[in-house]
Amino acid sequence: MDEENNNSKIETKAADSSSGSYVTPANSTPVSEIPEQELYHAKSFWTRWVFCQDAKVIGVQYALTATAVGLIGLVLSWGMRLQLGFPETFSFLGPATYYQSVTMHGMIMVVYLLTALFLGGFGNYLIPLMVGARDMVFPYLNMVSFWMFLIAVLVLISSFFVPGGPTGAGWTLYPPQAILPGTPGSEMGIVLMLVSLSLFVIGFTMGGLNYVITILQARTRGMTLMRMPLTIWGIFTATVLALLAFPALFVACIMMTLDNLLGTSFFMPEIFTMGEQLGTTGGSPILFQHLFWFFGHPEVYIVALPAFGIVSDLISVHARKNIFGYRMMVWAIVIIGALSFVVWAHHMYVSGMNPYFGFFFATTTLIIAVPTAIKVYNWVLTLWRGNIHLTIPMLFSLGFIVTFVNGGITGLFLGNVIIDIPLSDTYFVVAHFHMVMGIAPLMVIFGAIYHWFPLISGRHLNQTLGKIHFWISFVGAYAIYFPMHYLGFIGVPRRYYEMYDSPYMTTGVGLNQFITVAALIVGFTQILFLYNIIHSAFYGEKSEKNPWKANSLEWHTPEMPPAHGNFGKDLPVVYRWPYDFSVPGIDREYIPQHVSPSEVPTAKVEKT
Amino acid sequence: MFVAIIFFLIIIASVIFHIWSPWWWTPVASNWGNIDSTIELTFWITGSVFVAVCSFMSYCVWRYRYRPDRKAEYKPEDKKLEIRLTALTALGVIALLAPGLVVWNKYVTVPENALKIEVVAYQWGWNYRLPGDDGILGTTNISLINDENPYGLNPEDPNSKDDIIVMDADLHLELNQPVKVELRSYDVLHNFYVPQFRAKMDTLPGIVTFYWFTPTRTGDFEVLCAEYCGTGHYAMRGKVLVDEKTDYTNWLAKQITHEKMLAQNKENKKLLIAEIKN
Repeated sequence: MDEENNNSKIETKAADSSSGSYVTPANSTPVSEIPEQELYHAKSFWTRWVFCQDAKVIGVQYALTATAVGLIGLVLSWGMRLQLGFPETFSFLGPATYYQSVTMHGMIMVVYLLTALFLGGFGNYLIPLMVGARDMVFPYLNMVSFWMFLIAVLVLISSFFVPGGPTGAGWTLYPPQAILPGTPGSEMGIVLMLVSLSLFVIGFTMGGLNYVITILQARTRGMTLMRMPLTIWGIFTATVLALLAFPALFVACIMMTLDNLLGTSFFMPEIFTMGEQLGTTGGSPILFQHLFWFFGHPEVYIVALPAFGIVSDLISVHARKNIFGYRMMVWAIVIIGALSFVVWAHHMYVSGMNPYFGFFFATTTLIIAVPTAIKVYNWVLTLWRGNIHLTIPMLFSLGFIVTFVNGGITGLFLGNVIIDIPLSDTYFVVAHFHMVMGIAPLMVIFGAIYHWFPLISGRHLNQTLGKIHFWISFVGAYAIYFPMHYLGFIGVPRRYYEMYDSPYMTTGVGLNQFITVAALIVGFTQILFLYNIIHSAFYGEKSEKNPWKANSLEWHTPEMPPAHGNFGKDLPVVYRWPYDFSVPGIDREYIPQHVSPSEVPTAKVEKT
Repeated sequence: MFVAIIFFLIIIASVIFHIWSPWWWTPVASNWGNIDSTIELTFWITGSVFVAVCSFMSYCVWRYRYRPDRKAEYKPEDKKLEIRLTALTALGVIALLAPGLVVWNKYVTVPENALKIEVVAYQWGWNYRLPGDDGILGTTNISLINDENPYGLNPEDPNSKDDIIVMDADLHLELNQPVKVELRSYDVLHNFYVPQFRAKMDTLPGIVTFYWFTPTRTGDFEVLCAEYCGTGHYAMRGKVLVDEKTDYTNWLAKQITHEKMLAQNKENKKLLIAEIKN
């Protein structure tokens, strides 16, 4: 359009802000450099709730889809647990179905539930609100991102109904077995899985670019990078990781699809199977593993980093204390993210790669323990001398710390190459990754839902149901996965349909039955949680504004739940980090980010 | 109060479970006992970190639980404390890593007197090959596999003639004789794993992988496939029998060489064809 007009607008704005009602400290709040973005305001039911461009609605759409598919993953795990605990009583799963359940459970939980929920769900809902933007920078693309995700989910689910069923290759999808007839679902199942993953990556890339660019370019005035809530730092770094890591998965999927459908040999060496030569030649199965884990390891942190960020904010708000060592926390997130790209082959110590790689990857893997440990110390040091409200988000945060520390230290076993030799591919590994990237992030997800539910719906979740949900989920999940490590010590291999005929392994039978019972109890408790969500969304206790007395911007919108455009007429201006709790020198207990220093002249805050 | 106590009890219960757990390693049957001691060391270091961090957390939950008259401390950073904690963690990591890498170096360095044997994996079972009198395994190629030559041995290679073929899921090994296991697969990934030996490695089509160990105890040990390899993965078992020298020699004498097997297979085929013609 006419540039002149635009320019004059900016100047007016700049003049406005410098002579406005608030006094701007000379050096801290630069004037707005670009005009505000024009938003597309929905005109009908369809564009408001279905093909919606509002990041908040898209976030909820992501979360609901991810939860729905996650429930399928949960039900699959019940079938597996019944088979493992009581193989004689419940014999409805054959080996093929068992392996298909294992595969779909794993892939659904890691990619379609956790990744989609943290980045697509919390990312969409929180990024614009927390950085003080009206929406994502590309709202239309954001909408397309969700619909790509939904198509990816539908393709994945459709594989349950094709001849041969879904793939049973394990979530790692290792070739050559993934595409050979000895594995269940090697007809259509594997193709649909690969197509679904490719679609997921395409959809994610659209969303991911949005998150990164919004955080870098659309922050409100005064929101310097070092004033962003750690939630945003976690989601930001995780998204950068995902944008770099998912392409490796994408090419691996495309190459395996070609191997499968066109008979290429990217991952296929000479093979003699079922009494005949396959005719493939020259490919490398290890190449796939490198590509897969180049994605797969950062994927762990794609799930973990948003959890780290969110839990930092939950702990700080509910302990009424600033997060301890904020700058160290930010750098730890960034360093962990960077290191996560040079540790991937620790998943491949027994893969047959050059054994000397072990020295390098064991070293890098154990180095990553240092920034991770710093984060743990800072969480507990935030509790130290705090004023801890044992709200449900706080309970889940404490549950996170215990499960994450437990799952983290077993990672030190598996990362140390020589210890991994006896433990790899045993139940120790299963217990480790469920504890550290299953239970720990889920604790944060639950805590975050209890924390932000009032913002999303204007109502509180039921507290009593919430407490029951927490105690059964936390203690139950711990009782499932802590003893499971010891099955690994006996030597029980993972991905065994049945096995307790080996003399020394029969000792594990009772333990396995206990784990199955605990898993069923924890699983069914989630129904209580779902009931709580649905019921409270309509009939829950009405929440006042900013019920947790938090400082970050999402709680300080003119309306709650925030309307389209988030912040009413003027975007807020930020003067401080979001952790000014219990500041000495003033009466008020917390100072929101948009409160200027002149409003709290006596507060003895440190410069942030 | 209640919350802090429960968290603390969970930590205590974890420690008690660890000490009294009846589920633990099977007694080691190879030279890799030092893997077990590396694990013990890791348990001590990481276990104390777990107990310390989580107990401290429980203490804070109890000591600094909400009181209306309490005001939390305002202290954004404590550089000294952060540097100290970082240094301490780094020391702990070095203490874990250094001994681990020393043992790993042993694991990847095969002693010269090791007997080279071959383990062949297929969907879903195990076969074996021993080098014969010359101590050298003949070369192989997947494309040479057929009914007569099931291992795909190179008939041109003189070393292959005296190779001993064990087409059976049971492998015998001699006590205290280091072995280098060379792993080969015809079809997909597998993994040759005997829990009591502590060692394992994947087998892949297309390349030969290896590891080594010395059996230090006689007995029967179950072989488990430890890399998911398709529907029959859980049933892919075998057995390693560790024998005293005399038992081992007796067993060895009963096995046939590749040359003999080829001749036998040819003979059988002739007989079969003759039968069909008749």
